[in-house]
Order: sequence, then C-alpha cells, then structure tokens
Amino acid sequence: MMPLPAMPLPSPAHQAWRRFKNKAMSVVMLACALAVIAPLFLVLYYLIREGASSLDWSFFTQLPKPTGEIGGGMANAIVGTLVLLAMASVIGVPVGVMGGIYLAEYGSDRVNYWIRFSADVLNGVPSIVWGMVVYALLVAPFKTFSAYAGGVALGLMMIPLIMRTTEEVLVLVPQGYREAGLALGIARWRIIVVIVVKTALKGIITGILVALARVAGETAPLLFTALGNNFWVHSLNAPISAVPLQIFAYATSAYEDWHRQAWAGALVLMALILAINLSVRVLSRGRKFE
Amino acid sequence: MAEQTSSIPMTSLQAALPATTKAAAASRPTPAEEVAFDIRGFNLWYGPRQALYDVTIQIPAHKVTAIIGPSGCGKSTCLRALNRMHELTPGTRLTGSLRLFGQDLYSAEIDPTHVRRRVGMVFQKSNPFPTMSIAENVLAGLRLNGVRDRAILNQRLEESLRMAALWDEVKDILGRPGIGLSGGQQQRLCIARALAVQPEVLLMDEPCSALDPLATAKIEELINTLRTSFTVVIVTHNMQQAARVSDRTAFFYLGKLIEYDETRTIFMNPANPQTEAYVSGRFG
Amino acid sequence: MHPSAAEPAIATVRGHTTARTGARWPDATFRWFALLAALTIAALIALVGWELYHGSRLAIARFGLRFLASSTWDPVADQFGAWPFIFGTLVSSLIALLIAVPLGVATALFLTEIAPIKIRQPIIMTIEMLAAVPSVIFGLWGIFVLIPWLRDHLFKWLQELLGFLPLFRGPIYGVSMLAGGIIVAIMILPIVTSVSREILRSVPDLQREAAYALGATHWEVIRIAVLSYARRGVYGAAVLGLGRALGETMAVTMVIGNRPEISASLFAPGYTLASVIANEFTEATTDLYFSSLFELGLVLVAVTMLVNILAQLMLRTLAGGASGKVN
Repeated sequence: MMPLPAMPLPSPAHQAWRRFKNKAMSVVMLACALAVIAPLFLVLYYLIREGASSLDWSFFTQLPKPTGEIGGGMANAIVGTLVLLAMASVIGVPVGVMGGIYLAEYGSDRVNYWIRFSADVLNGVPSIVWGMVVYALLVAPFKTFSAYAGGVALGLMMIPLIMRTTEEVLVLVPQGYREAGLALGIARWRIIVVIVVKTALKGIITGILVALARVAGETAPLLFTALGNNFWVHSLNAPISAVPLQIFAYATSAYEDWHRQAWAGALVLMALILAINLSVRVLSRGRKFE
Repeated sequence: MAEQTSSIPMTSLQAALPATTKAAAASRPTPAEEVAFDIRGFNLWYGPRQALYDVTIQIPAHKVTAIIGPSGCGKSTCLRALNRMHELTPGTRLTGSLRLFGQDLYSAEIDPTHVRRRVGMVFQKSNPFPTMSIAENVLAGLRLNGVRDRAILNQRLEESLRMAALWDEVKDILGRPGIGLSGGQQQRLCIARALAVQPEVLLMDEPCSALDPLATAKIEELINTLRTSFTVVIVTHNMQQAARVSDRTAFFYLGKLIEYDETRTIFMNPANPQTEAYVSGRFG
Repeated sequence: MHPSAAEPAIATVRGHTTARTGARWPDATFRWFALLAALTIAALIALVGWELYHGSRLAIARFGLRFLASSTWDPVADQFGAWPFIFGTLVSSLIALLIAVPLGVATALFLTEIAPIKIRQPIIMTIEMLAAVPSVIFGLWGIFVLIPWLRDHLFKWLQELLGFLPLFRGPIYGVSMLAGGIIVAIMILPIVTSVSREILRSVPDLQREAAYALGATHWEVIRIAVLSYARRGVYGAAVLGLGRALGETMAVTMVIGNRPEISASLFAPGYTLASVIANEFTEATTDLYFSSLFELGLVLVAVTMLVNILAQLMLRTLAGGASGKVN
C-alpha cells in the first residue's frame, strides 16, 4: 500500500487561534460560574446591611404597630411561622414517612414507578395553587381563614418531598438487616420500624428538615389560607401571621419603617433556613449505618 | 533455531508467527532501520504509586511492535505515555525522555495536542462520537485542524476508510450515525478516524478485546497492511495475537520491561525465565 | 434491592416459628396504613385537579375557549380574559431561560471540566444555598436593590445601545417584564446548574479520550465529546428549569409591575398567571371573578404539569436517571 500524500499541516496561525479559543472559553466559563454565585452574596450582603441593625429586642417581642407608626416587631409572625411549621409537620411527616416506607418496603415496581412519577409531578405544582386548593377545601366552606388551613397547605406540600427522601434512604439499608430479622421470626412491621427505620433515621430526619426549610419560606400558599394577622392569635381557627407573609406585606407597602422591618424579618427567616440547612449538613456527615 | 525444551504449546504459536523471517536475526533495530520511539528511563507514578520502573526501549518505524504482559504490568500505562494521555489523569508524574523520530515530545515548547496529532490512539472499547455520522466521525480530527477543503476531506475520508478496511461496507451509508455500526465496524471506524489525521504512529490499546473472533481477524488483517504508512504499537493480552501481527514484542511485568526482542524469539526462545513462564501460560 | 422478593418467605417463616394467630393482623394493618399514605399522592393530584376544575366551571361555561385569547381583564364589568397573563408568564419564563440556561450550563461545565477539585465543593455549596433562598426574599431584594439598579443603570444603558429595537423602547420604570425574567433566572439557576452537572458527569471518559487522542484542545474536547453527547440531557435540564420558572410567584409579583399589558418592550410592566392570582384572589368580589382566577390557576397548573412531565421524560431516558430533584 502506498504511503499517503502529506496532509496539509495546520498553520501556526490556526494553532494559535485554537489555543486562544481554549483559554478564552475557560475564562468565559469561570465568569459564568462567578455570575451564578454572585447573587447569593449580594442578597446576603443586603440582608445583613439593611436588616441587622433592626434586630433588637423589640423586634422579637413586639407586635406590629398600627399603620404608619414607627416601631413594633414581628413577634407574632415568628411565633406564627413556628406554629404553622408544627402543624405542617403533623400532616407531612407521618404521611410522608409511611408513604416512603410503603414505596421502599412493600410496593411493586410498577405501582412505585407511578407513585414516584406522580410525586415528582406534585413537587412541580406551583405553590400558589396549593393555596387555592386548600382555600376551596378549608377556608370557603368554613367561611374563615385559619391557621389550620395554612398548616394543611404547607403540610400537603411536604408530603411528596418527605416521601421521596424517605424512600431513597430506606432503600439504602442493606437487605441483610431485613433478612436477619425475618430469620429470627420477627414480625414484618416490627422489622421495618425497629430495624430498618431506626437504621435510616438520620436520613429520614434530614429529609424532614430539608422539607421544613423549603416550606418555611413559602408565602404563596399562605396568602389565602392563613392570610396574616397583626395580633396574637388565640385560636387556630383564625387568621395567623407568618414571617414570609409579613415580609411581603411590608415590602410592598409604602412605609419606610415597614421596609426596614421587612429586611429584618427576611434576615431572621434566612437565618432560620440556613440553620436548618446547616444541621442537615452536620447530620449527613456522620455515618448512616453501623 | 534452537531446540525447544520447555513445555510451551508450540503448535499454535508457531502457526501464528509470520512466515517471513528476514529481519529475524536482529534483536534491536539495525542502523538501517529507523527508530520511531526512543524511550529512555521512563518512571511513572500515579500519585504515590509507581507504575513504571526505568523503562528503556526503542521502537522501530514502519513495524508493528506488541507489548504483552499480565494485567497490571504497566503495558497500557506505558502506551498512554507515548502520546501524553497519562497527563489527563490528575496526579500522574513521569520522568525520563521520549523522542519521536528524534524530537523530544516532552519538551516545554511542545503542545500536547501536537503530540497527539502525530501519535494517534485506538482504545479498548470503540468510542465513535454518537452524535456524528460515519463521515463526520472520520473527519472529526481533520476539521479540528482547520481543514476545510471539501476535495481534501472527501479524499481523506475514502483513504482512511479504505485503510481501515471499512470503505466497502459503509461507502453508501456515510451519513448514518457512527454508533449504528456493529462492534467490529465501530472499532474500524475509530481506526479510520485516527488514521485520517495522518499520524506517524498508531497506538492500539487492546483494540480487539471487546470483539468476536471474526471482527478480530479483520482488524489483525488491516494492522498488517498499516506497516507501510505507519508505525504501530499494540498492547494486547492475547499472546497469539501478538505472535500473529507483530514484528517485535516487549514483555512487561510489574511495571518493568523484562524482555524485548523479535517476536519469534520472545515466543520460541525467550532469554528471560519470566518471559518464558508467561508465554508458556504458566501465569498471567 | 427490593425486599418484596422476601415476601413469600414471610408466610413460611411465620407459619414455622410463630404459632400465634394474632401475629398476622398488625402486619396487615401496618401495611395498609403505609399503602394509604402512599396513595395520598394520587389523592392529592385528584384533589388539585378537582378543586381547580370545580372552581373554574363558572368561568369556563361563561367564556369558553375565548378566555384564553381575550385580553380584557375588567373586574368592574365582570369581563375576564387570560391572554395578558399567559403572555406575561411565557415571556418572563422565556427571558429567564435565555439567561439561566447558558449561564447554568457554562457553570456546570466549569465545575465538571475545569475547576480544580478544591474549589468545586465551595461553589456547589454556594449554589445549593442559593436554591434555599425563599422567593419572597428574592422579591424583597428585587424591589429595593435590583430594580433601582436596573432602572438607573442597566436599562438606561440597554436603551442607549439597543434602543432601535422595539424590545428596548418605551419608558423605563424599573418594574418590568425584563426584571421579572432576570429574577426568575436567578432562582432557576441552581436547578439548571445541578441537573446539567449530573448530565455532564455521566458523559463517559472514553468519549473525552477519543477527542483528546485526535489532538483536540480542552475546549474542543468539551465541544465535540461532552456537549454533543450531553445535548439531550441539557435540553431536559432546560425544560425542568422552565417548569420551575412558570410557577414562580412571589419574587415575580414584586418586580414585574403587575399590569395586564401586552407590549413589545421588555421595559414595560407585565403580569403573570401566578402574580394575578396572588394579588387579586382575596379581593375577588363576584363569583365570576373568583371562577376566572381559578381558571387561570387551572391553565397555570396544566401548562406547568405538562412541562414538568416532559422534563421528567427527557431526563429519565438517560442512563442513571438524573431525577432533577434538587431542592
């Protein structure tokens, strides 16, 4: 076979162009990465700059003052958020965890596929729609906005999240544990609760915390369920305040003092969410299985 | 030829050796033979672990050189050092010198991309670009280097596919996706792709290990024809294959070059007892 | 990994070792509760569908399909049409995609191909933290930091440079469709980046090596071997980002201006489906008003669900199944 005629060698100019493109694209990619992380720092910076100075004792202990007056705090909103999160957990945690247990321990492949698929679809439902749905379910028939409705709205949002994370963690528990329990004659449900869930407990808790962090910041579902309240609540069957609601109301108002308080509230909310995320990170660092 | 006293199953190996033995007398390239790769003192580390120990070897031009040895002996590592592919793995370190036709490939002025254009590579598992057609796959390297002239591209396309013994099978379906071909055809496509940029050397890292005997035979056939235009270095764990296609064979063990000689000698009359043990199938 | 394969063993084990007849029903009850819990997912989907449909019935009966094309939104005259909100949702989401997808994919490439290992984790963590910031806080920051900057700097500058295009003409208020798009872009960046990262990581090294062996530079390797291979997955990531963008409510409401206008200018205020619901739901006076808002919700959910299902399908067909479930 004949040797080939020589290929036209790439010109040095072309080679230099290729090298330049290579370097240039690296710079572009770096710039994009910086552009992506910049907003977080910008937001945090302004939160601290605008909000930190307002975080005094009165902010945490006082109620909002009447419209236009300076001062007051978000005590009721902070308590309201905690109350709503507690109620949401009462709904979201048992249903989510039990559902996750079903998917991991009992379900067949086909049923599980559809349930998982539907859970992912539910996760994509805009949060404002949850507000509308729970309004129609719990507010309109009873003719009152309520903490119950708000808690239910947030709780329903938590269910698909917790179900998926629970399932993922349970599936990681080695089969051997279950088989050991079966071989000892322990009842199936006992094996699941005492052995499997206990082993995966850290992961399950992590999943719950992540869901909590997610719904703690939600405003839209509360707009027409909990509605918001400038006073202390004495009944869960009445409108209740929450930090995100207060932030929204204050930020969109015309009063500078309320703007200042909105920043403070946002800082508190962000701190809460970051605290939850931090504890998630700390929990995840330890080994999950013995 | 010396009498064999070892228990090597000679029939299969003997049958595999090429009939011509003109160059059989020389055990290293004669002055008349050109040296393609002049490797001196290769030491390579993957992080803290040393993979190559002081490898010195001269690979002749326009010949097929096989590198054999048991798993983990460093043969693939050594091959990848020849076109600086080991640099893609972070944490690798190489000392020693490598000259390609006299030129230092590791000198500071040389761009690794230049090295890889001159020294092509075919991998253990065929890897055509899935989003490209057969023609686009073959021409990928040329396009990278800025060749735009349609006439040259078409000519190179046909030449490379002919050299890879694939032209007749694909000449009517050049627009079809590269991954639509069978395993053996895909590997020949990868060979064509490597040949299209006209490397001086073609490195082959166990190119047939994922293929059936028929596809393997086709590729071995085409390796034989590549000698005139290229230098071939092939790593293989299949001793019969080495015996069939190569002129010279290097035996590696635990990162060291144990013996390097004419293929006939390695298989029929190895000087080193470890070589003999390996080629007679006592380990590996 | 499924323990259900062990199920047949249970009956035998129980029969052998526990003669207690009472041992069966706790298991059955437990399993039943678990099944019920899992089925709430289906119940929830049905609930959402039913409530939205039921709530929109009046408006559907009154307006029919005209609703989707009509631009009238007049609570006083009880005349409602969805088009301005559909337009606003689509345009702001499109802007968000145009900004977030290139940035996100480039960042994902940076993380998988270029960044030294030590700085990868911090950047990934930062992006995860960005995902944790609630919409209302972005909105707050949007009103008091982003909008003034846009109004006084970026928009002015854009109008100077590109004012000949109808996109950049007209009065600048700050609150605008473009502001809405920008803030949504910031919010969908984390998911687009993280899903893209998973996709890019799944590109086999063998593909990269093939390109390197031809003498390609690093960028050429990325272009030929990585991006082309990962094309479909990246589209899936983009569609997933779109699904998120469609549903964003609070931050958009706070920066988009909330006027049901259709304008060619990006500087004009806009209104999205989610925003109008958020703003006017508690002020709806008539049944038809209410029902129209529900119908807007129905449209929003229908479009969002379709887009999300499309994204799931696109991403699930890839090896490894990047599930796109980043927070």
